[in-house]
Amino acid sequence: MKQKQNFLENAIHIMFLMMGLVTVGFVLLITVYLIISGIPAISKIGFFEFIFGKTWSSTHATDPQFGILAFILTSIYGTAGAVVIGVPIGFFASVYISKIASLRKKNLITSAVSLLAGIPSVIYGLVGMLVLVPAIKNTFDIPDGSGLLSAIIVLSVMILPSIIKVSVTALDAVPSEYEDGSLALGATPIETYFRVSCPAARSGIAASVVLGVGRAIGEATAVVMVSGNSPNMPALFQSVRFLTTAVSSEMSYAGEGLQRQALFSIALVLFLFIMLINALLNFFMKKSKEES
Amino acid sequence: MNGEKFLSQRYIYNKTMKFLMGLSTAVISALALLFIIYIPMKGIPFISWEFLSTKPSFLNGTIGILPDIMNTLYIIAATLAIVLPIGVGAAVYLTEYASNKKLVAIIEYTSEALSGIPSIIYGLVGMVFFCEFMKLKTSLLSGSLTLVIMNLPTIMRTAQESLKTVPQSYREGAFGLGAGKWRVIRTVVLPSCIDGIITGCILSVGRIMGETAALLYTAGFAHELNGFLDGMLSSGATLTVSLYVYAKDNGEFEVAFAIATILMALTVLINLSASAVESFYKKRRNL
Repeated sequence: MKQKQNFLENAIHIMFLMMGLVTVGFVLLITVYLIISGIPAISKIGFFEFIFGKTWSSTHATDPQFGILAFILTSIYGTAGAVVIGVPIGFFASVYISKIASLRKKNLITSAVSLLAGIPSVIYGLVGMLVLVPAIKNTFDIPDGSGLLSAIIVLSVMILPSIIKVSVTALDAVPSEYEDGSLALGATPIETYFRVSCPAARSGIAASVVLGVGRAIGEATAVVMVSGNSPNMPALFQSVRFLTTAVSSEMSYAGEGLQRQALFSIALVLFLFIMLINALLNFFMKKSKEES
Repeated sequence: MNGEKFLSQRYIYNKTMKFLMGLSTAVISALALLFIIYIPMKGIPFISWEFLSTKPSFLNGTIGILPDIMNTLYIIAATLAIVLPIGVGAAVYLTEYASNKKLVAIIEYTSEALSGIPSIIYGLVGMVFFCEFMKLKTSLLSGSLTLVIMNLPTIMRTAQESLKTVPQSYREGAFGLGAGKWRVIRTVVLPSCIDGIITGCILSVGRIMGETAALLYTAGFAHELNGFLDGMLSSGATLTVSLYVYAKDNGEFEVAFAIATILMALTVLINLSASAVESFYKKRRNL
């Protein structure tokens, strides 16, 4: 009886262990798959030609070109632009939500933020396509409003919820003694929040920005609907292609051979960017936890 | 020292910061309102019973989204059925069994890595691994399996957080009465963390419902009306995927807005039920 019990307990222990190891397995699966299928094209095209090549014409009949510098730069510029617009808005709103808003207002704005977080990216793309793109076209008097600028604006809205949620958590965790001390020394509440609370929550706020960067660099659906999708070098009103949309836009018709392999190489480059961002995020999250 | 100048500088600083905070908050509220008002305004006129209850017909030139609704439900059911046991099991392992700190760190790190990977990469790997290597073809099943990987971290994290709130004394009490570990988990630990599991499910439903990039090339975009089993093995579009196709490839913006209206309503519903579950269990805990 006792032995049977032990056997059962051990079997269940092993079963739970297996379930715990599933995530490790999935990450290994994705990494190995991307590396195995991404390396061949890079070695055929040549590392420098692939990363620093300025022309992408994968369907050219006689002389196809596989340079992804334009995609890399577009992803970097697009993300940077979204951060420049989205982070200040998210930051100031977070301070308001965490420190100033009454409980009722806080609940109201928090549910607005959760709503923005829950809206499917394809709806952001749709509204961008039908509201933002024509607006940009008319304001700047250009033939087509879809391009890098539209993508930047859509992305800056899409990263707001992540920035606000993480920043508010960090600001809420600042010990009230810090603020009381500052107030007692004669600082106004506003000065206290920005010069005492925010520096105290800086790791959490930095983590929120990194999280936003990860969201922006990985978004495909909304971006492909507003960015025009031609493989040009990035410029504000130019139709552009991101690393994500470069993968998605040719996935449907890439047959066998180098064109398809090159898509995996692009995904591998994107994956490396994301892993870098993840490591950074982990660093800030850990620091933020230690501080509070 | 020029005291008056210093005071007016402080005054300006305070006013500016106040203004910027008000402005940012207004922008966010306005954005939320824009989505809540603009999309139904454009979409509701096109929603009819026929639109909701038929499949698209080239012969009559009508568009209906019943297959897309069914596909969305199938894919949600299948994904949750697979991801729930694995995710909760992994959380139980991490909080109840694991004694090796390094292993816990590795599992938590990989789970964070999974939640950071963009959906387009899931789509690409899902297409190659499930559709081609495992020979499942472009089908709802391939789509669900891809979504299982995507949603695993969500379920794991929410379950783990609520497992941590189960008081240690519950476990000790059960052990003291002579229960084995599995019995304690089954009868004491799991029932007390049901709220975390429900919250995780709601979050996952929202994420599955909103996913496009990972499904486009794993589940495809057919609009056929199938039963559950046939549906799982054949290609089918969810609501978001068909919204994408109608807007991007076909230029059918009325249909796109009608679907967007339904999705917005579901998003609001999901948000409300998530907070309802949270406050319900919070109240019950405090009693």
